Amino acid sequence: MSVSDLSSFTPSSGPTVRAVKDPFHGDLLEVSMGPQHPSTHGVFRMVVTLDGEVVVKLKPVFGYLHRNHEKIAENTTYLGSMPYTDRLDYLCSMTTNWAYALAVEKLAGQAVPDRAQYLRVILAEMTRLVNHSCLVGFLFNDLGTSFTPLLYAFREREKILDLFEALSGSRMMCNFQRFGGCRVDPTPEWLAAASRLVDNYPRFLDEYETMLTANEIMLARTQGIGILDAKLAVNAGITGPCLRASGYNYDLRKVDGYGFYPRFDFKVPLGAHGDTYDRYMMRILEMRESVKILQQAFRDLPGGPVMDPKAKIRGFRPKAGEAYGRIESPKGELGFYLISDGTPNPYRYRVRPPSLINLTLLEEMCLGHTIADSVVILGSVDIVLGEVDR
Amino acid sequence: MIIAAIDSYLEVAPLAWRDAVVQWCPEPTQWLVHHLITIVAILAVFGTLFAFTPLAERKLLGRLQNRLGPNRSGLPWWQNGPKLWGLTQPFADAVKALTKEDIVPAAADKLLHFLAPVLIVAFSLLTFAVLPFGRHLVPVGLDAALLYFFAAGSATELAIFMAGWASRNKYSLLAAMRALAQVISYELPLILSVVPIVLIAGTLSLQDIVLAQGFWTFGFLPHWFVFTPWGFAGFLLFLVSALAESNRSPFDLPEAESELIAGHLTEYSGFKYALFFMAEYFGLTALSGLGVTLFLGGWQAPCAFLQFIPSWLWFMGKVIGMLLLFIWIRGTLLRLRIDQLTRLAWQFMVPLTLINLGNAAFWSLTAGWTGPLQLVRWGVSLAIIVIPFVLLGRRLSAGRHPRTYRYAAS
Repeated sequence: MSVSDLSSFTPSSGPTVRAVKDPFHGDLLEVSMGPQHPSTHGVFRMVVTLDGEVVVKLKPVFGYLHRNHEKIAENTTYLGSMPYTDRLDYLCSMTTNWAYALAVEKLAGQAVPDRAQYLRVILAEMTRLVNHSCLVGFLFNDLGTSFTPLLYAFREREKILDLFEALSGSRMMCNFQRFGGCRVDPTPEWLAAASRLVDNYPRFLDEYETMLTANEIMLARTQGIGILDAKLAVNAGITGPCLRASGYNYDLRKVDGYGFYPRFDFKVPLGAHGDTYDRYMMRILEMRESVKILQQAFRDLPGGPVMDPKAKIRGFRPKAGEAYGRIESPKGELGFYLISDGTPNPYRYRVRPPSLINLTLLEEMCLGHTIADSVVILGSVDIVLGEVDR
Repeated sequence: MIIAAIDSYLEVAPLAWRDAVVQWCPEPTQWLVHHLITIVAILAVFGTLFAFTPLAERKLLGRLQNRLGPNRSGLPWWQNGPKLWGLTQPFADAVKALTKEDIVPAAADKLLHFLAPVLIVAFSLLTFAVLPFGRHLVPVGLDAALLYFFAAGSATELAIFMAGWASRNKYSLLAAMRALAQVISYELPLILSVVPIVLIAGTLSLQDIVLAQGFWTFGFLPHWFVFTPWGFAGFLLFLVSALAESNRSPFDLPEAESELIAGHLTEYSGFKYALFFMAEYFGLTALSGLGVTLFLGGWQAPCAFLQFIPSWLWFMGKVIGMLLLFIWIRGTLLRLRIDQLTRLAWQFMVPLTLINLGNAAFWSLTAGWTGPLQLVRWGVSLAIIVIPFVLLGRRLSAGRHPRTYRYAAS
């Protein structure tokens, strides 16, 4: 499907399942799930109207984690916002850092050395492994396992977080990218350890898939559940694995070719049904592609500095203008829109969060399914509330 | 000779001790003391088992999940004392549960909210009365023990509904509805899966059913019902129904923590919560005991020469084995949805149990077949159960299979 097919599309209006309300069927039950609920992945609230166990209306409520991120960034220097971007998607601080650095580099016309570009790809793909492993683990928790798949995923995540800690000093809040490169150069030992981890990763994925991908209950719980139509998804601005699960080929690593991604040989998996199972499998297949990218990156990593020597750290004032930098974060298109008026602070700072925009179609996906499915669908969309609420 | 003497003493030791105490009491109170001792013994033995089952569950789940499980609790008032592999954890948990604040929601039905945890423990304890724990250890030798067991066991769902309704919580109410749907669906396959046993053994008394399995071929091949085609199928069906009946994963829908927070337990805290927890494990232990009694030879030893070990030890060993199996299942499987749960019961389990009943009838009719005919008997009996299993299973999972994925062109 291409963009031209979409012109004739009219979005469906409102709920497709009508609530039955008569003396025989009785009242509907309105349940406020969250903000304190084990499966809303943070302080998210869903006001769910149930007919028996079937969802007839779902209203997402968010803002419980709003912390004025964008306004704070407009009142601090460009570099001062870098640690704040860690807190947007707190599972993937490396990619959020990169998206912000990319926008500022565009704004200031700053070049990035080759080694830093490779390093950014390595860290971004490792972040993708972290994010997708976590997502898959949490999805199985939503599906009702007693933490077993989650803890196996966490075992692998810990190894990567240990590497992040060794490199940046922090496991989750890495604050690693700078305008014009990266903060520190990894040691050869670090690279060897990372390369070893990546080589072992497919074994973990195989182990995981053997147990779970063909599990009868897993298939019954996820296939045909939460179907997202490709046209609707494109019109709503859904990006990332959620969009590709619906069969629409849109990956910014291919479309924009930012960083050094055009130098790498990898494929973009596409789903056909757009259901929860496809969204799950997109993550698994993308992790396998990430491993390929990482292996190529470790093989081809050039020498040289990781920071442009001409890059200005102190007194950084980009010329007046605007820039939009975007990357394919593990959750979708993560963009930063910046307007500079020549002062040390951005005049306007705006985040395009994939989590929030992917969440907008939650009601369409959940209608007609049971309350148990709505939890699983939410899990398969992959949100982080730090990014949704900002 | 000495072994035989020790064995015969151990076999009747619990009864001998009880009778000694009863003899010591004045005549008019003897019947009361007699029963009280039985009740206290059941409470003590299964109470202790209950204390350590959650610990075993947490430790085993921990090992399944690449971690250690609880191993920190040592001895009280001894800061740097031995840790004892966390074996004192149940006592710490009990103290915690007892000292916690008991919160009752303002809008709750106070009486029912209080009554539910009491009733659920009472009902789940009733089932222990008829289980034959050993050759001579049968608390109540009912003729219709099996019927009594199911009557008492299914009453626990009433208490779950009571808890869900009285809490005035939407999650609890949904859980209560689920619990009722589940018990209506699974009571039928649970009972039907043991009817073949009644057919073959010709009795409803659990002790007689155990005695009917007390033979060995060549002294080491036990004649337990699980080692026949209909018995094996019946055991698996019983196992699945028992999982559903005791609300264990993958059928733990009434307390699905990812959807309904804690289901009917959402508004319970402190010791009331612990009572529900206790009842769940009592129910699980009782169902394990029933499964062992019906299919795994009860207190019978697996080999003739192992009979020197007291029969009640065999029973407890088998029950613990079943409990560990339930824990393993919990560590592995995902949860079904409520409509899939009921569909599995009505479209798969009930037909299979009915077919298995016919299978047992065939087995009983052909009891006289010997020699090569014995092989025919086994083949036909296997076919009777395996073919419907495959066909029904296919129908149940029609249209669902792992998928292959395409990749974008460039």
